[in-house]
Amino acid sequence: MKSLAELQKIKARMQDKVVLREGSGDVRVVVGMATCGIAAGARPVLNEFVKDVNEENLSDKVTVSQTGCIGICQYEPVVEIFEAGKEKVTYVKMTADKAKEVVEKHLKGGQVVEQYTIGAYQS
Amino acid sequence: MKELSLNILDITENSVKAGAALTSILVDEEGNTLKLTIEDNGSGMSEEVLKGVTDPFYTTRTTRKVGMGLPLLKLAAEQTGGYMTVQSKTREADPEDHGTKVEALFYQDSIDFTPLGDVVSTICTLIQGHPDTDFYFRHKIRKPDKDVLVEMDTRQIREVLDGVPLNEYEVIKWIEEYLNEQYTGPHDTE
Repeated sequence: MKSLAELQKIKARMQDKVVLREGSGDVRVVVGMATCGIAAGARPVLNEFVKDVNEENLSDKVTVSQTGCIGICQYEPVVEIFEAGKEKVTYVKMTADKAKEVVEKHLKGGQVVEQYTIGAYQS
Repeated sequence: MKELSLNILDITENSVKAGAALTSILVDEEGNTLKLTIEDNGSGMSEEVLKGVTDPFYTTRTTRKVGMGLPLLKLAAEQTGGYMTVQSKTREADPEDHGTKVEALFYQDSIDFTPLGDVVSTICTLIQGHPDTDFYFRHKIRKPDKDVLVEMDTRQIREVLDGVPLNEYEVIKWIEEYLNEQYTGPHDTE
């Protein structure tokens, strides 16, 4: 059974890490989590980003956060990626599998996955 | 919504947006009913707003700030023969005791009952997005063939963590397993 003692150990480990991490977070992954996003399947998309970013050890430079309705409900689940000095990338109609691919190619490899962006859907 | 747990996620987001320090999510299953209660100590809603929240087509005014969340929950409850009620008190009306309480009753034997789904994922998603807000979750199942009590209070977890953010990945994973184990029981005793 998970115990609070185990949580204590996590705390001890994290307290060191948190100090190291200050001043980071150049890349922000933002997932739309309003009614429209949630109904369209944003929860598994968000959780995939959280899992992959951490398991691929990207959490020092990438933060994953949630936001409300972005205003393009027909394209939900919508994910926006902000990076300092670069144009915002908007991924639409996301799934957990696509999220995994975006982490691999975009966040790790630096290559925007064009076919999932809003531009690919609109043209 | 495909799962009630998604409605829970959606409605609880409203509580967080209303500035709630604590939101309680209670699920009680007994006999053929499931009762969902989401109660927060946020800013509350005025009577006028309250009238509009359960019916998005109540008026044609375009200044509405409320969305489809509560109407969807209401529909999900009513289509099983159940109901949804919303009570709310604004901070101005009662500075000591304000907030909103949403209660929904579902009949699980109805063909139109939406399954609860992955409620653990909903709780973890809420904590990931709102690490500075407190959540209390309790799921009780009292049935002849099933007797389950699952409970989690972020105030208790926060105290142990002593400054470490609740949305640290390892913490979220711990919470996920902590909840899952309460559903399935410890693995080493069977």
